[in-house]
Amino acid sequence: MINTMECVADAQSLISISLMKIHNSRTQRGGIKLHKNLLVSYVLRNARQVYIKEKYAEIYRMQQYEEVMTVCNEIQELNPLELDAEDAEDEDLARTTCCGEDFQRGSMKDPEPAYYRSCCMEAPLPPCDQLSVNINTHCNKTTVLDLDTHVVTTVDNGYIHQDCCCDAFQCAQSAQAPAKKRKMDFGYCTSDLDELQDFTTSRKRLRREDCVYSCQDFTDTSNISNLISIFGSGFSGLLSRQADLEQICSKQALAGLGAWTRAIVAF
Amino acid sequence: MAGPGGDMQWCFSQVKGAIDDDVAEADIISTVEFNHTGELLATGDKGGRVVIFQQETENKNPPQFRSEYNVYSTFQSHEPEFDYLKSLEIEEKINKIRWLPQKNAAQFLLSTNDKTIKLWKISERDKRPEGYNLKEEDGRYKDPNSITKLQVPVLIPMDLMVEASPRRVFANAHTYHINSISVNSDNETYLSADDLRINLWHLEITDRSFNIVDIKPANMEELTEVITAAEFHPHQCNTFVYSSSKGTIRMCDMRASALCDKHTKLFEEPEDPSNRSFFSEIISSISDVKFSHNGRYMMTRDYLSVKIWDLNMESRPVETYQVHEYLRSKLCSLYENDCIFDKFECCWNGNDSVVMTGSYNNFFRMFERGHRRDVTLEASRENSKPLQVLKPRKVCAGGKRKKDEISVDSLDFNKKILHTAWHPQDNIIAVATTNNLYIFQDKVI
Repeated sequence: MINTMECVADAQSLISISLMKIHNSRTQRGGIKLHKNLLVSYVLRNARQVYIKEKYAEIYRMQQYEEVMTVCNEIQELNPLELDAEDAEDEDLARTTCCGEDFQRGSMKDPEPAYYRSCCMEAPLPPCDQLSVNINTHCNKTTVLDLDTHVVTTVDNGYIHQDCCCDAFQCAQSAQAPAKKRKMDFGYCTSDLDELQDFTTSRKRLRREDCVYSCQDFTDTSNISNLISIFGSGFSGLLSRQADLEQICSKQALAGLGAWTRAIVAF
Repeated sequence: MAGPGGDMQWCFSQVKGAIDDDVAEADIISTVEFNHTGELLATGDKGGRVVIFQQETENKNPPQFRSEYNVYSTFQSHEPEFDYLKSLEIEEKINKIRWLPQKNAAQFLLSTNDKTIKLWKISERDKRPEGYNLKEEDGRYKDPNSITKLQVPVLIPMDLMVEASPRRVFANAHTYHINSISVNSDNETYLSADDLRINLWHLEITDRSFNIVDIKPANMEELTEVITAAEFHPHQCNTFVYSSSKGTIRMCDMRASALCDKHTKLFEEPEDPSNRSFFSEIISSISDVKFSHNGRYMMTRDYLSVKIWDLNMESRPVETYQVHEYLRSKLCSLYENDCIFDKFECCWNGNDSVVMTGSYNNFFRMFERGHRRDVTLEASRENSKPLQVLKPRKVCAGGKRKKDEISVDSLDFNKKILHTAWHPQDNIIAVATTNNLYIFQDKVI
């Protein structure tokens, strides 16, 4: 367990420094030093663990707070007899609302999970693109900057495609599964409300959270994203040593963060 | 040791190298090694040169002043090369020098860079032939028709000339960077270790070597540790050890199998969980391993400490000495400026009672095992008067700084002592700063 005195900001800067070291090692005289890069990858892994853990804790805290607030609001607003109508309305909303509109409506909250950005973002994109990138299988996307050709591509489950704004309906539907999984991952205690309502509220929450992109300070994490590149094979053997973190985070989320550990040159 | 009530003090003897502060990269000393008698002291530098110093044997008076070391031979051991297949430059930096035991009038040493090991013969020539029948003095051939008499060439004295010639080149056996070479006690074989493999060579055979350790995983993505140092046991020709970046040492017996992937002993100390940090893996990586002269112990150096291991006990070291524990709180800065990757070496004295290693600010540390005393000394031009006694230095880790103490923040991390060597019999030490070689000796009272 890393000393908890190491804060998220330190972890972030360590990640930046480590990636820069790996990048610089490519041009060092005498070739890439395997030993040094291995040690740097350990620091990268440790910093990432702390960073993710803190971010998840932050998300969890925010989710708890929002859930409580949402439940309170809905208790006040909802007439129990209109429960089904309300859900149907939300469904329509999800189908027809443009990503951009959602972005406009969403509250500008802070706890945008940075791992989304690190995993999926290469540079700040228009809100529409951000949302689609975030919702669509966010944990299986990896943005790659090829240092030789300077081309940015997104690898999605092994398939390369361009970043674009997807259909809102697909956004909403695909958002359900990850949102639901997130709830369960955090040991989230579902309320006594109808399960369908949970879906609704979680979708609303997801839209709100993902729409805060443009308000974030991209400096650090966009720099981190810019530095990520896949050189070749990585030291994914390090991924096996995450016992403590896996108690908190889902394996799926972690697997999607393979980009972090692959920023190493292998021979 | 220069401790309270100590009966030994160290004094300055000599310093070799340029005086100016502007250090040429090629002059940075990368290895230091005494030969088996201590008469010769070899240094290698980043420019691929080897400089050998010889101790003068004639002047032994006055008794408190030991003989000086003077330049004996200088030669270019390795040149920069280019691997066209991988588009990689191969540095000429000399990573290690190891002397062979002397068998005849000539001296032999092995020197290695990242990829190639060379066997050098250093021989003296103090006579030259004169009176050839077919050649003039300047080497031109005579007209055979002009020769009227026959003479026997004679050898006449000449000024001593030391020649270094490469006798063997052991190349193309290492994919990764060579970090260690070690001559076996059988005087016929030696090992060379890179990040993932260890090869066994015969000194006479250059076109093949045996791979005896291979820790390369089938999938490089699963790589978790590399080999950092390796050494043969001083007496048992079948035994060698290699250290890893994870802080473990494996002892192998070559009689067990051809490929020594299974160790016979694994030396590992459990990590203290209270010391866990971002940099735990880096500071536990072993940078040097050395057997004691008597073959009963071995010493390992990691970033912050020196550990002595009893070869019969694998669970933990028998002694641990903190070299510069005050750096533990500075690891983040040391990571940023790359100092945390510095590979410090360590050495034993002749009778294994004292160990020595380097630190920053041109400090070096000695730990007296029996008396549990330690001292910090400094190699600097300011303390370079002949026979000047070195004053112990002290680093103030925190709190109120006493007079003569240096605070941690004042340490110069560009002045580091990575390489030290101890004369095999006498109390003479060679300490390499960036581009200078300091020779200190004990003051006989």
